[in-house]
Amino acid sequence: MSTDRLIAYALRGWFFIALIFIFVPIIINFIFSFSPERFPTLPLGGFSTGWYELILSEAPVPRAFGNSMKAGVIVALISTFIGFAAAYTDYRYRFLGKNFYLALALLPPTIPVLILGLVMLMFLSRVSLVGELYSVVLAHVVYCIPFAMALIRLRLAQMDPNLESAAWNLGANSWRAMREVILPFTLPSIFAALALTMAVSFDEYMIAFFVGGVTETLPVRVLALLQGQVSPRINAIGSVVFTISMSLVILSQILLLSRRSGERNVAAGGK
Amino acid sequence: MSEALLVLDKVVKRFGEHTAVNGVDLQISQGEFLAIMGPSGCGKTTTLRMIAGLEEPSEGEIRLNGKRINELKPWQRDTPLVWQNLALFPHLSVLKNVEFGLKMRNVAARERRERAMNWLERMDLHAYAGRNITQLSGGERQRVAIARALVTEPEILLLDEPLSALDAHLRIRMQSEITQLQKQLGITFAYVTHNQSEAFAMASRVAIMSDGLIQQIGSPREVYRAPANHFVAEFVGSNNILTGTVVALDGDRATVDTAHGKFNVPVPDPAPIKGDTLELVVSADLIAISDSAGEYENVIAGELISEEFIGSVITLYLDIGDGTVFRVQKQQHELDALDYASGRKLFASWQGKDTYVLPR
Repeated sequence: MSTDRLIAYALRGWFFIALIFIFVPIIINFIFSFSPERFPTLPLGGFSTGWYELILSEAPVPRAFGNSMKAGVIVALISTFIGFAAAYTDYRYRFLGKNFYLALALLPPTIPVLILGLVMLMFLSRVSLVGELYSVVLAHVVYCIPFAMALIRLRLAQMDPNLESAAWNLGANSWRAMREVILPFTLPSIFAALALTMAVSFDEYMIAFFVGGVTETLPVRVLALLQGQVSPRINAIGSVVFTISMSLVILSQILLLSRRSGERNVAAGGK
Repeated sequence: MSEALLVLDKVVKRFGEHTAVNGVDLQISQGEFLAIMGPSGCGKTTTLRMIAGLEEPSEGEIRLNGKRINELKPWQRDTPLVWQNLALFPHLSVLKNVEFGLKMRNVAARERRERAMNWLERMDLHAYAGRNITQLSGGERQRVAIARALVTEPEILLLDEPLSALDAHLRIRMQSEITQLQKQLGITFAYVTHNQSEAFAMASRVAIMSDGLIQQIGSPREVYRAPANHFVAEFVGSNNILTGTVVALDGDRATVDTAHGKFNVPVPDPAPIKGDTLELVVSADLIAISDSAGEYENVIAGELISEEFIGSVITLYLDIGDGTVFRVQKQQHELDALDYASGRKLFASWQGKDTYVLPR
């Protein structure tokens, strides 16, 4: 066996081990969420959905889950809209201070969430907007816009800059060109941005903890639960949260990648 | 007096400090095929974009059917453009691409489908109506782009180097297709290109642009045989340009003394006087070549430095002293008897009457 292949196998093995480290706890989490016992043991003593029933019967958890879903949907809609507007501005116009504008627009995720949560709390409490679900929505929108913008910008960057002008040339005014050309073209990335921003908001703990006050989102509730006692309920909640977030993230990836492979054919078939 | 279909009146376009178009006067009549030709950066595309409304002129006026259209937005005028990269909508089918212009004019769904299908049939594309743009070949896309632009039956069609992405064979075929289409439709085509053979093959009139100005406008033959100035003479065809002073005048013939010898030329109008400087243009295809003395009255001797085959035509490059290159173009069979190895001394000669004197 040549050294090259040896290295290839070693790297693949290494990668596989890394994947195991990442996914085994999650898989165990899934498995034990269906265990009827108080303390997880192997082999499983049986199959039960008891923990799921329990978390559904305790008012705070479904309420927190509802809050998270509501916040997630609203955040996704608002931040994707603003993200699209920001990305389109970048695509279409040249103006003084554009780099500064871009840097500013993409800044929030680079700030440690602890700081972001704190300053959000200070600011929102000063304007008396703290402690409600909309406080979480507001703060999460700020945090999520850059994700939406980045995804939509990526898509716009693949667009032939003449397409919009071509639409004008054929009689479409600015709005019509936006509706008939820009939006359909960027649609996959818009859906991807919706899914991703919702996932980000759904998962986010720190900011929600600071600005939400007594309005708890699911991650905040989970931590509160953990601080009280380690209960197998956590397994059930974790499984639900993981499933939802991963579905959203995977959906977002599929939307982005499926379209891109289609366009590669264009490039190959052209000229 | 009725005005031409499209008139550009002292049109200027500045981008910041840079002047892309510097006072263009142009009249395009109903039904003509005008090619605007020039090197890259000469302002030809900017001119076309101003006609389409994609750029607004800084000065001057553009009139369509006698009406000023400077301020009209691109969607408020009917000046469809065939783009250099085609700019077909990748998210729409072939049919939807062609329908687009009609849809924007709020033509009812059934009628626009019918009209679009008519165009697809005309362009021999009806079998592809439901296909995705990505599934078409280069030539098919080209025809979709033309159908999409013509579906609204405009008075003028603008084309911005539409064939530059095609390979040579396809380009020749599309050239004749476009020319025929223009003749059948009888609508005005304004065609921007940097490709001489394309412009000369297709257009009824050619405008040569450089530095934001139109240098000459006329039939391909006029531009080719009687260039208006030094730039056109250099840009068009394969001309040799010699500069010299008039040393003798005899009736309709003048003798001009250049760094490479004395040559007989026809007396231009207005007539020069002795001592005037003239620029002589000798077209490479009107020159005879031999290895001993010259066939015609005007003879220039030079050393062969290189040759270039293009199909049956051979271009010989002669060094006629102090690095000046002189081009001679011949059919290959005409050179059968000549030993033209590199480094040989050869004699190029031409008739006095075939010399063209540039206007001063």
